[in-house]
Amino acid sequence: MGKWDWQVFLEDPGGKIPTYWQWLVSAWGWTVSVSLCSLVVALLLGSLVGVIRTLPDSPWLVRFGNAWVELFRNVPLLVQIFLWYHVVPKMFPVMAGLPPFILVVFALGFFTSARIAEQLRSGIQALPKGQRYAGMAVGFTTPQYYRYVILPMAYRIIIPPLTSESMNIFKNSSVAFAVSIPEMIQFAMQAGEETSRVTEMYMAVTVLYVISAMVINRIMAWVEKRVRVPGFVVAGTGGGGH
Amino acid sequence: MKKQIVALAVMALAMGSAVAQSNDTLAKIKASGAISLGVRDSSALSFTLGNGKYAGFHTEMGERIIDDLSKTAGKKLSVNYVPVTSQNRIPLVQNGTVDLECGSTTNNATRQKDVDFAYTTYVEVVRIAVKADSGIKDLKDLNGKTVATTTGTTSVQTLRKNERAQGIDFKEVMGKDHADSFLLLESGRADAFVMDGQILAGNIAKSKAPADFKIVGDALSVEPIACMLRKDDPAFLKAVDDSIKRQIADGSLAKLYDKWFMQPIPPTNTKVGLPLSEATKAAWANPNNKPMEDYVKK
Repeated sequence: MGKWDWQVFLEDPGGKIPTYWQWLVSAWGWTVSVSLCSLVVALLLGSLVGVIRTLPDSPWLVRFGNAWVELFRNVPLLVQIFLWYHVVPKMFPVMAGLPPFILVVFALGFFTSARIAEQLRSGIQALPKGQRYAGMAVGFTTPQYYRYVILPMAYRIIIPPLTSESMNIFKNSSVAFAVSIPEMIQFAMQAGEETSRVTEMYMAVTVLYVISAMVINRIMAWVEKRVRVPGFVVAGTGGGGH
Repeated sequence: MKKQIVALAVMALAMGSAVAQSNDTLAKIKASGAISLGVRDSSALSFTLGNGKYAGFHTEMGERIIDDLSKTAGKKLSVNYVPVTSQNRIPLVQNGTVDLECGSTTNNATRQKDVDFAYTTYVEVVRIAVKADSGIKDLKDLNGKTVATTTGTTSVQTLRKNERAQGIDFKEVMGKDHADSFLLLESGRADAFVMDGQILAGNIAKSKAPADFKIVGDALSVEPIACMLRKDDPAFLKAVDDSIKRQIADGSLAKLYDKWFMQPIPPTNTKVGLPLSEATKAAWANPNNKPMEDYVKK
């Protein structure tokens, strides 16, 4: 104890993967794949539900959107993961053939979609009502004024919370170990036990989580800068907020 | 600034003396009149009955070792039961929280760098559990199959070494605990579950349809399980080893084995039904603390 032993990463775990560091890289790959796939699901579903919740004259769609958000936001993530992994395949035998990876991506994606939907709704509602009316006044249909007037501004407003959400998805992906996805937490637990070097394993994993989250953070900051509209009213509040 | 340096120096001194004390466990337990026994929550060898009560083959053996230590110390030692996990057991023994750990720790060369082990008192064999109708008979049949095992156990490593040595290829999934790994097998997500024989037997016995499962193949590895104590404390190690030798010699260890593996045991009053293996008999006949690696060479 007390003395670091980083050479442990060069040791041979005795299987298909020749060293522990290569195994760690493979585990990182799983973490990144789960996170990015979930992020795609979350952005698509979250945008859809977020828009639905702000539609005028569609009370049932709005209620559906609200129910979606409350359902996926109020159930703990780990419980949702277990529901997708253990319960959904029993209820819908069609889903039983799906690889666990897909189920976890759905679980994490749906969970995050509720949060993104809530953010997009607040972004849309933060816009002055006049924008919507202006869109209607020039003869746009509802999809058209969402596409050309409201959403371009709303997305710019919510980039800072979206950044947090994208970083969260990386950190939340660690619960996937509970359903046997060979990601970084599972690596740390397993390799730590095999080598008795738990601290080194967790430190390496921590560094990789920080790097992953920072990369996402930088990408989002770049996006934010690229799409900034000079003189846009929310630039002062939403522009450099994080 | 000066105060901080003094505080640091005092702390360093205190820590230094703590280390010095902990390396003479016999003196420490004699002085305090108490000993901490490391136990497990849910291992076949050591488990909880609830309400802070612990039982099991190794737990009771540990209690008997402490009885013998009490005789040497000349007074009755009180026992503090400290539940440990696979992750924290070694640090807790090293830092003095636990004096003697009698759970289900495999004695291997990596761990011998950090702690000492008493004589091996139970030898575990790693086997394969499959569904009875799967047609899998031994390791070779696992080629192309999905194999479950539990995160944080040495069985995973065993499995990988066998995979390489035999030139077979299978997909490995790791359950977060034994119940989870068994569920992988039960739900068909995995074709086999590789784990310690007594854990497989226990999980099958507790399942909804025990007849649907069977344990097949030869032992994939042999693991000596032993009590663990602090490194470099030869007097304490000898006292513990002497007690184990005494228990083997007068037959009380064999009776204890029968009590915990062949008779109905609490909390559910079911039998584990695992007769004393040849490997364990051999370990008792020649008390030793050889690590797992020495068993492989045989």
